[in-house]
Amino acid sequence: MEMATALLYLAAAFMLGLGAIGAAIGVGMLGGKFLDGAARQPELVPMLRTNFFIVMGLVDALPVIAIAMGLYVLFAVV
Amino acid sequence: MASSETLTSQEYIKHHLTNLTFGNHPDHGLGFAHSAAEASEMGFWAIHVDTMFFSLLLGGLFLWFFKSVADNLTSGEPGPAQNLVEMIVDFIEENVRGSFSGQNPLIAPLAFTVFIWVFLMNLMDLVPVDLIPWLAGLIGIHFMKVVPTTDPNATFGMSIGVFLLIVYYSIKVKGVGGFFGELAFQPFGKFGLPFNLVLEGVNLLAKPLSLSLRLFGNLYAGEMIFILIALMYNGGPVLGIVGGAVQLVWAIFHILIIALQAFIFMVLTIVYLDMAHQEHH
Repeated sequence: MEMATALLYLAAAFMLGLGAIGAAIGVGMLGGKFLDGAARQPELVPMLRTNFFIVMGLVDALPVIAIAMGLYVLFAVV
Repeated sequence: MASSETLTSQEYIKHHLTNLTFGNHPDHGLGFAHSAAEASEMGFWAIHVDTMFFSLLLGGLFLWFFKSVADNLTSGEPGPAQNLVEMIVDFIEENVRGSFSGQNPLIAPLAFTVFIWVFLMNLMDLVPVDLIPWLAGLIGIHFMKVVPTTDPNATFGMSIGVFLLIVYYSIKVKGVGGFFGELAFQPFGKFGLPFNLVLEGVNLLAKPLSLSLRLFGNLYAGEMIFILIALMYNGGPVLGIVGGAVQLVWAIFHILIIALQAFIFMVLTIVYLDMAHQEHH
């Protein structure tokens, strides 16, 4: 395999993998805190759920973008 | 699916990610671009006709629907359309009241427009990726990108509009001196002026940039994955059935992203404008 192609595969792997690590840590912490809060004050669950989804959207944005770019490199460029 | 028999998968993906561009080509004059390379040669003043068409169409649909409901408001038993509209209005009002502390009659209608319009444009992502391009191909249009928010031009257009409002209200509420004072004398006092300018300048410019790129990136990613799933229909019956299941799952998950990104765009618009209205932040 050519060097350039191999590097593209590696780049796609990094994008998918590192994005997944970041998203997993971020959403994991977020979900844990959400469950904590929900267990402590069940009456706040609707408010907490709304904010949970907002912050999840913010956390999730970059990994999703990285996944799309990674797949683009993997399927359309290579 | 219709066009992919004669194309490789790379060409198929690239074809789906090319806008219908109208502009002045240096060699061929005014007209539609026939390839992505030709489109980029048209330079800055070329127009993405499909993005303009679908965003304006959805904007018109949005205005027409809400106007027609507002004209037929009844205090008796409301129909389903009126219920829906009242629910949305209440929802937006609640959010604006929760996040916006100043006095400005423009914020709630702005948030309302941003939310519904972005939501409708995102919703186009759920239309099967090949349907509208195929129909357009039948009447001789070769490039068609259906979702306006997968075009950075559309998202940047909206976020730059929000950015101009941020600057306008900052200057209106705090005065020119107050606005530049905030840029120059925080957070390190007047002796750290160049440092402050860099920090706060980046802070200010990051708002429209992150706002538009977040929306664009999410929808682009969704569209990209839909296209990749559509490629699976080429791989025989087994892969096709798997592809159908995957497409269903992704579409259901994507409903969340569509609503969530519209909501985040709206909330951040409100929060940024709220920051512009506050004396100290």
